[in-house]
Amino acid sequence: MKIVALVAAALVLVWPLIVRGPYPQHLMILVLLNALLGTAWNILGGFAGQISLGQAIFFGAGAYTSTLLAQHADVSPWLGLLAGAGVAVALAVAIGAPCFRLSGHYFAIATIALGEIAAIAVTNWDFAGGAVGLFLPVEGTGIAQMKFDDKRGYHYVLCALLALALGVTVWLRGARAGFYWRAIREDQAAARSAGVPATRYKLLAISVSAAFTAMAGTFYAQYVLFIDPPSVLPLSLSIQICLVAVLGGAGTLLGPLLGAAVLVPLSAATSVFLGGSGRSLDLVVYGALIMIIAVFEPSGLVGLGRRISATVSRNFARETP
Amino acid sequence: MNFAQALVSGLLTGFVFALIAAGLTLIFGVMEIVNFAHGEFLMLSMYLSYFFHTFLRLDPLLALPLNAAALFALGVIVYYALIRRVLKAPMLAQIFATFGLGVFLQSLAQFLWRPDFRTLGETWVSGRRIALAGVFVSGPQLAAAAGAVVTTALLWWLLPRTSTGRALLATAEDKQAAALMGIDPDRMFALAWGIGAACVGVAGALLSTFHYVFPQVGSQFALIAFVAVALGGFGSVLGAFAGGIAIGVVESLSGVFIEPALKNLFVFAIYLIVVLARPRGLLGKQ
Repeated sequence: MKIVALVAAALVLVWPLIVRGPYPQHLMILVLLNALLGTAWNILGGFAGQISLGQAIFFGAGAYTSTLLAQHADVSPWLGLLAGAGVAVALAVAIGAPCFRLSGHYFAIATIALGEIAAIAVTNWDFAGGAVGLFLPVEGTGIAQMKFDDKRGYHYVLCALLALALGVTVWLRGARAGFYWRAIREDQAAARSAGVPATRYKLLAISVSAAFTAMAGTFYAQYVLFIDPPSVLPLSLSIQICLVAVLGGAGTLLGPLLGAAVLVPLSAATSVFLGGSGRSLDLVVYGALIMIIAVFEPSGLVGLGRRISATVSRNFARETP
Repeated sequence: MNFAQALVSGLLTGFVFALIAAGLTLIFGVMEIVNFAHGEFLMLSMYLSYFFHTFLRLDPLLALPLNAAALFALGVIVYYALIRRVLKAPMLAQIFATFGLGVFLQSLAQFLWRPDFRTLGETWVSGRRIALAGVFVSGPQLAAAAGAVVTTALLWWLLPRTSTGRALLATAEDKQAAALMGIDPDRMFALAWGIGAACVGVAGALLSTFHYVFPQVGSQFALIAFVAVALGGFGSVLGAFAGGIAIGVVESLSGVFIEPALKNLFVFAIYLIVVLARPRGLLGKQ
């Protein structure tokens, strides 16, 4: 399992050097972006057990904060990235403080409601471009501008952000927070009675999750150079983020990575082979696959991976007595 | 437009929201699964009305029992083919099973029937208008509201008065105790999916007389229904009914008196205020 993960990581690092086509490079960037978003969701939804279907709020906060700062104050995207994360954390605390009193489906639907409120509010907010959206000012390319002439630069910026998110996840998972989160996820009342400050640690989870989601949003704005409510604030994005983590395996480190690595090429392949007619046959297949995975691998693809590696090692054991 | 007019049209829309929400909450009450394909069930029912009307010259109101029966069958099939397999799965897997079904049905509709907006044209109730004390009510809207009220009332009245209905309520109350009394929970789950889907079957037929029919039509109604259900309290039919009506009224009044573009913002804001004050909804078990 470790060897496979290391080979995959090495492949990701050299990908834009050995694969020259812009489309495969773009696909890998989408995989990494989804992996980053899934990893961020996983901290809140997978480890702390609070199902958020409103991650687009934080993604939009990152995209809009950095873009507005660049447009009006000529602020570098790197500072914009930090500012966006700051705004997202502030929003996360403002959302979490009241909404963490809700449990299960009530919390999930509250996040949907908040996401829709954010989308409607930005659509009607002229300063933020309203329904028309915002174009990013482009003043040269390079690492300082976080804008690049080819996709390689974007690829490595994203690799760095993902590595940071994974590093923070590993660190928090092994620290006190990780144990508290698991206790809260399994039984909040029991955790509370054992002295776990549940609300404070749930606020920590939503803040970390929001910060990384916002960074992904800032990155997205630099990559696409145009943002509007349907592209950075839709409910479908929030659901897609959750889907990546859940199909891969919620509450595991590699789950969101696996989910992104399977889901992105899958939806790309179905749209390449079946989407040409413009009649959404690709989405028919996509929906069917989601159902199949939910039925046969409810704990996500990580569960499937574990079963396969268990079978393989059993067979090896039999062959080499 | 005056206050009474906005209030009445909000109430009429609210009754239809209430019926859609009642179907959703019935399924949740019995088995604690949120049907994220609920809007797509509604969409299929609206297409059914469209095809009945276009090809068989059947008025949507006349064909209404056929819609209900067809959607009942769909609900039961979905239960046995999909939901039964994720009963013991984690909540997230259940969400994505029904979400995947929604994507599947919506894109299948787009594939088969194209993304065009369709209207039924002339039906029994179209073009009629009733004026009462200065308040105008359009025929299709009145028929939809009346149909929704009658269906919800019938459901509410029948459930505790028939032995099957009582078995369903008992299963919702306590699965194990009901099973010990000889009630097969599997059959009750299937029945809940059947009745829940039949509710949107009726709602779809009623809406089709005045609403565009297109593959994505269910999404907006489903979102409202989720909010109505959570507002009223998951599992409470009466709560979903109250939630649906409240949302219809809030939507209409804020659309008329504040700003049409922001009307859904007020719907979601009201939801947040209510659940923050009462974390299990208006009528849910606190």
